[in-house]
Amino acid sequence: MEKTENRILLRKLWIAALGMFGFGFLMVPFYNKICEVTGINSGDAQVLAKNTQVDTSRTITLEFDANVDANLPWRFTPVQSSISMHPGEMVQVLYEVENLTDRDITGQAIPSYGPQLAAQYVKKIECFCFTGQTLKAGEKRQMPVMMVMDPSLPADVNTITLSYTFFVHPEANKAAHAAGQGTNG
Amino acid sequence: MAHDATHAHDDHGHAQPSGIMRWLTTTNHKDIGSLYMWFAGIMFLIAGTMALVIRAELFQPGLQVVDPEFFNQMTTLHGLIMVFGVIMPAWAGFANWQIPLMIGAPDMAFPRMNNWGFWLLPVAGFLLVLTLFMPGGGPAGGWTMYPPLFIQGGISYDLTIFAVHILGASSIMGSINIITTILNMRAPGMTMMKMPLFVWTWLITAYLLIATVPVLAGAVTMLLTDRNFDTHFFNAAGGGDPVMFQHIFWFFGHPEVYILILPAFGVVSQIIPTFARKPLFGYASMVYATASIAILSFIVWAHHMFTVGMPATAQLFFMYSTMLIAVPTGVKVFNWVATMWKGSMTFETPMLFAIAFVCLFTIGGFSGLVCAMTPVDIQIHDTYYVVAHFHYVLVSGALFAIIAGVYYWLPKWTGHMYDERLGKLHFWLSVISMNITFFPMHFLGLAGMPRRYADYALQFAEFNAIASVGAFLFGFSQLIFLYLIIKAIKGGQKATDQVWEGAEGLEWTVPSPAPYHTFETAPVVK
Repeated sequence: MEKTENRILLRKLWIAALGMFGFGFLMVPFYNKICEVTGINSGDAQVLAKNTQVDTSRTITLEFDANVDANLPWRFTPVQSSISMHPGEMVQVLYEVENLTDRDITGQAIPSYGPQLAAQYVKKIECFCFTGQTLKAGEKRQMPVMMVMDPSLPADVNTITLSYTFFVHPEANKAAHAAGQGTNG
Repeated sequence: MAHDATHAHDDHGHAQPSGIMRWLTTTNHKDIGSLYMWFAGIMFLIAGTMALVIRAELFQPGLQVVDPEFFNQMTTLHGLIMVFGVIMPAWAGFANWQIPLMIGAPDMAFPRMNNWGFWLLPVAGFLLVLTLFMPGGGPAGGWTMYPPLFIQGGISYDLTIFAVHILGASSIMGSINIITTILNMRAPGMTMMKMPLFVWTWLITAYLLIATVPVLAGAVTMLLTDRNFDTHFFNAAGGGDPVMFQHIFWFFGHPEVYILILPAFGVVSQIIPTFARKPLFGYASMVYATASIAILSFIVWAHHMFTVGMPATAQLFFMYSTMLIAVPTGVKVFNWVATMWKGSMTFETPMLFAIAFVCLFTIGGFSGLVCAMTPVDIQIHDTYYVVAHFHYVLVSGALFAIIAGVYYWLPKWTGHMYDERLGKLHFWLSVISMNITFFPMHFLGLAGMPRRYADYALQFAEFNAIASVGAFLFGFSQLIFLYLIIKAIKGGQKATDQVWEGAEGLEWTVPSPAPYHTFETAPVVK
């Protein structure tokens, strides 16, 4: 008698345990639904969240320029020639670069700003100029720059030109060789 | 019934395997209880050594002993092993030894599943220790296994997840066994409201385990598939949400802390009446308090994560529901004090540990109330204040109750009295060093020292040095305990059947040491 009773209870408890295992997975859509209904923690809301540091009273024109050193047989152009932005707003722009030769080359982009004082107000979060760029023979690539304009930009600056020039990476071969150890510094 | 029931005494008449095979194949609840206890003891020494590595590094500011990566592996494994490899198996050991003895059952309901449940543990323990020898070292993402760290690490993180799965399976099997034994195999006359409180607390603990451990298994399964099979439950790069893991983990995690402490309440509720020579004050309220703590434990989980960002209403809800738990817990503390009130108390080692439990666990409970207040918690989240809080409830709470229970039942298990003089020495060293170790951490936390770092700012130097001295004292004091247990197993003053003058209950009616088979004919409880 006792044995069968034990077995019945055993089965019930295993089913409860398996049910709770499933419940763990059910929590995922359940929480997502709660967040959707109540508007908590949704990705859109975070993107649209008001960034109090964006100064919408000012609009800055940002112009893009691209040059290639004579020794580097690459074609290099900004995808957009200019954009309008507010100080404090995060923007992303694209540059296009193409290796016109039949060998792999590493280049390094050097930025410059006009007026020059803008350099300290353009805060780049991501830029292809942070590292050397290696293009395979004939490779064509689009590369992003993400940046925020510091709201403390002087009031008389309304237009900024951001210019990049690609040079042959001076230590391209060495750098390629040392890439493994180079990160320690 | 596991064995043929004809032999009332001793095991030598059985045609059962000897040596290692006896232990590998045993289905006897006392054997399995002992195995659980030894496993917990060994893992306690391993995880305790890790704690000493942590405290050695934190003795001085700067990096002296280990590098930060290894330090984080130590904190992670110390936490995981202490929770899943020490406290939980130790309670399972008590359950196996004591529950059949206390309710008058011949053995556990499913002896073979019991054997399996235990032998999964050493496998999981081995995997956890093995992680240290994997490329990249052990898991270093914290015992709570939060993503994104836990979905980025190397092979040792997969091993850890596998170990947690095995530990979970073992716990579920143990719980099913315990529930079935308690519900179906009580001696005639042993009604639910006559059960010893230790049995009650374990019954409720076992239900908590069945409800929450599978959720943990689900959470780590999601980690595993995020790591290896391109799912994105918690991986933000694929639209998942790391905070989701915290919600699922703490749905398990908060009941888990009561899984660690409820059996401690049970043990203390057995010991205090014995040495106060009075029945437990408010038995029924103890049962209801335990049940309400268990139920409330399911609606407070987000107090572990007040800083992730949640609406004010949610913060208020979790703050008040957390504070509500202080009510049933307070009922228990007052009942223990009322049991001692005007009792004919004597202070043998188990009683000393039980009284220390009541005092120090209450300190841990109060610092828990401080942490429950959302505005305060946002300040002290992930500081040493939290470390102080959970060590007061787990070391001077769960662990002290385990030690108290071992002293209390050791004469019944071994047939010999332990060395009372050494026991008292062990108690005083433990209780003093425990406070030297963890009390200064309150100050460190309030002053803003974050947890889980191998280094700290200079102004924290003195309190850290004090804590480290206390930790080493505490660690080495436990060797006295080990020596004392081995000494009692080997010999000593013969224990009587009742062992303690004020002891009441079925387990004290069988001889000491308890014979291999007990209660083959069920006793009748009046």
